[in-house]
Amino acid sequence: MHEKTLAEQSRLLASGEISSSELTNHYLERIERLDGDLNSLITVTGAAAKKAATAADEKRKAGDDSPLLGIPIVQKDIFCTKDVLTTCGSRMLENFVAPYDATVVSKLDTAGMVNLGKANMDEFAMGSSNENSYFGPVANPWNRKCVPGGSSGGSAALVAARLAPAATGTDTGGSIRQPAAFCGLTGIKPTYGRVSRYGMIAFASSLDQGGPLAHTAEDCAMLLQAMAGEDERDSTSSHEPVPDFSSSLQQPLTGLKIGVPEEYFSAGLDDAVASCVQSSLAEMEKLGATLKSVSLPNQSLCIPAYYVVAPAEASSNLSRFDGVRFGHRCENAQDIEDLYKRSRDEGFGSEVKRRIMIGTYALSAGYYDAYYLKAQKVRRLISDDFANAFADVDLVAGPTTPTPAFETGAKSDDPVSMYLNDLYTVSANLSGLPALSMPCGMVDGLPVGLQLLGNYFDEVRVLNAAYQFQQATDWHTLAPNGIE
Amino acid sequence: MSWETVIGLEIHAQLATRSKIFSGSSTAFGAEQNTQANAVDLGLPGVLPVVNKDVVRMAVRFALATDAAITERSQFARKNYFYPDLPKGYQISQMALPIVGEGVVRIVMPDGTEKNIGLTRAHLEEDAGKSVHDMFEGSTAIDLNRAGTPLLEIVSEPDMRCAQEAVAYAKHIHSLVRYIDICDGNMQEGSFRCDANVSIRPKGQSEFGTRAEIKNLNSFRFLERAIEFEVERQMDVLESGQEVVQETRLYDADKDETRSMRSKEEANDYRYFPDPDLPPLLVEPSFIESIRQEMPELPTVRRERFVTEFELKPDDAAALTADRTTADYFEAVIAGQAFAPKLASNWILGELFARMNKESLELTDAPVNAERMAGLLNRVHDQTISGKIGKQVFDEMWSSSDSADDIIDKKGLKQITDTGAIEALVDKVIEDNPSQLAEYRAGKEKLLSFFVGAVMKASRGKANPAQLNAMLRDKLKP
Repeated sequence: MHEKTLAEQSRLLASGEISSSELTNHYLERIERLDGDLNSLITVTGAAAKKAATAADEKRKAGDDSPLLGIPIVQKDIFCTKDVLTTCGSRMLENFVAPYDATVVSKLDTAGMVNLGKANMDEFAMGSSNENSYFGPVANPWNRKCVPGGSSGGSAALVAARLAPAATGTDTGGSIRQPAAFCGLTGIKPTYGRVSRYGMIAFASSLDQGGPLAHTAEDCAMLLQAMAGEDERDSTSSHEPVPDFSSSLQQPLTGLKIGVPEEYFSAGLDDAVASCVQSSLAEMEKLGATLKSVSLPNQSLCIPAYYVVAPAEASSNLSRFDGVRFGHRCENAQDIEDLYKRSRDEGFGSEVKRRIMIGTYALSAGYYDAYYLKAQKVRRLISDDFANAFADVDLVAGPTTPTPAFETGAKSDDPVSMYLNDLYTVSANLSGLPALSMPCGMVDGLPVGLQLLGNYFDEVRVLNAAYQFQQATDWHTLAPNGIE
Repeated sequence: MSWETVIGLEIHAQLATRSKIFSGSSTAFGAEQNTQANAVDLGLPGVLPVVNKDVVRMAVRFALATDAAITERSQFARKNYFYPDLPKGYQISQMALPIVGEGVVRIVMPDGTEKNIGLTRAHLEEDAGKSVHDMFEGSTAIDLNRAGTPLLEIVSEPDMRCAQEAVAYAKHIHSLVRYIDICDGNMQEGSFRCDANVSIRPKGQSEFGTRAEIKNLNSFRFLERAIEFEVERQMDVLESGQEVVQETRLYDADKDETRSMRSKEEANDYRYFPDPDLPPLLVEPSFIESIRQEMPELPTVRRERFVTEFELKPDDAAALTADRTTADYFEAVIAGQAFAPKLASNWILGELFARMNKESLELTDAPVNAERMAGLLNRVHDQTISGKIGKQVFDEMWSSSDSADDIIDKKGLKQITDTGAIEALVDKVIEDNPSQLAEYRAGKEKLLSFFVGAVMKASRGKANPAQLNAMLRDKLKP
């Protein structure tokens, strides 16, 4: 059953060939058996999942034919779940149970999905390797010595290992797409505002966006359908109508114009990755698309701007973790100052502290204009670059990451080299554009990701192109060894 | 040396919304601790603020009432600092782009002189919670009921030159915010709080001196006392050759002094930046127009109208328009009535206010409503009763629900205007007081009032005074 994609499972459930209980039990058994080495889940909610599966089967019998009804999923542990632990990968929230569901969680719940548990992640979504989790690193199922990417590393690893057909992720600078690329999955970061951020623990509010990780574009379209929409509890959610993401999947790519930024194929890009991406683009051409060279002149400013804006917002967002009302509190505080300092020192890991320091600095009196304000201006330039590109093309394509998954520990002492992993992904967050990563080749037994960026709220076209590519190729069907 | 005082005020007016500025929790005062704080107010992870539209409406009302500019695209910003009763570690406020820009108000000093005071800006922000230090030995308790309560911070230009002007300005704003229904003005409960920026400079110097900010003055008297103390203190400092330091000071009402709270060096770096959880706050011209339509007549305009339309004295008009309830009451009393508005003004500011003061009642709780008051004044006007009997009827009305007419009937208080009846009383009094009559006729005309009083008494106050006077003069003639 776990070899099937989510869409296939949906059809099997609809035809009555399998039940949600069978499917749920099957995955729970796999988690039990296989996750020990991977460490992709922080919490498994077996009993609740079985109950939800039974309820889904009963609904099915009563005539409910919702496409996601009874399909298991795992939530990234950044989404608050009522009565279930939400740690955000941090010691700070080791014992935190939210009294509410995130909007994404309640929407998927309403769609009838069965939540199997909570996925491991980089602490507060800060990281590109999942090495920053208080609950330990996650292994990449394709090569256990390698990282699964981050920050949605647990989500990606568990879907790659077929411990669930899909998982949710969040993407602030590439945290859905980079792990999707490293683990051979399809993942989409929708347009900023497409998916509600309510109940999604904030890292950088103006960049954070939730989205799905699964095997195919078709799966992602179905999941995004249930996740998207305006939310009165999130003022930054968009009132843009939600289209039917699946309706245009079948459309041929004839006439589609794909922009290929020259800046993406320069220093820093691994040759083997580059050649995978080039052949995929050739494949797109074969499918009827036209390739067109475009320029994103401010591409080199993306990483510097991102690593000012994201930490700045994070430094403020993470102030609420002060040991006063919830979360970790140090023992025997002498006074309030001591309570703050030790609770935060003990509760946060080193990468989180580093970013709080960077962000606090960037917002400080005397530095605000030079850093934060300047970065916001750069952000505008980056958006303008894309606006110019999209005047000529329908999509922009390139590599998701400069290299395939790297070994655990390889970059942990060099934050800048770690940050450079986000080279191609942060621009979608800085501009707010939708972007998808899907498998497009293999290098030394590790998957390579192709990134497709669309214009604002044009996820339909992104998913359509990815779907057509996946109809013609089989990279997305490959599975790692050792997960039988 | 001769010094000039320079004062600017920052007033925090708590907006009278039912729910908080960014959450649906109630803002009612006095609830059990932490029962009016939801996930948003507690700053739990993942929750987000959503602007309460009523708050925007009230800010726009304030702008319209002060001729102030309205920012079409204002912005919420985060003011970052750690404090136990500040749940998120930042306060959502407005910094670079406040919703209300420059405006002006015209204040009236007790001696009747008027002065314009400039408004720099007014911005929306959330209140913090409360730290309670005396509840648990050795620990501080936190009550977050107040966290997220909407505030409008009204910042004046440094246009005031003495404590009395500052008080007049504060009172003006206090009256105005209640007039336009955006704040209940309750200073004890902290709904209206003042901070004063005070500095002094040698007379004639154009640059400002270094200022001190005095925090949390929760009565007009404290505001006046604190400024006066602070001015004295700064004079002493400067005249002894020292310099005033820029700092925040607290007023201690018990000791009647201000003392240093924190200096500029100790001040927080608030790291303001636009709140990424809240898109720019858009105020459409059509929204402003709809609010303009529902604006009440403002006190200054109404005061002038009372003078011109009803021929009231300016100070009476000012007293009647100091709050909206009184002005509305006055207009309800005189609506469609034949008596002079002046009569109503005298009765409201005199008899009614005296009685309310005595019983510490608000006008809305006074037992004599506008309709019954008008009924009484009609009888005074048409001379059914005299003003004096009117007061007796008013007392009766205060403790019953009867109309003035019913009381006059029941108690037989109708004025005696029948000439024959009055003549009988007059004759009787003259007959009973022969010695006073002789003295009067001998030239002691002062005794007229003795006779008037005696006849009035005999009529139990009901004789028409004018008739009585005329008849007595006639009959007492030698």
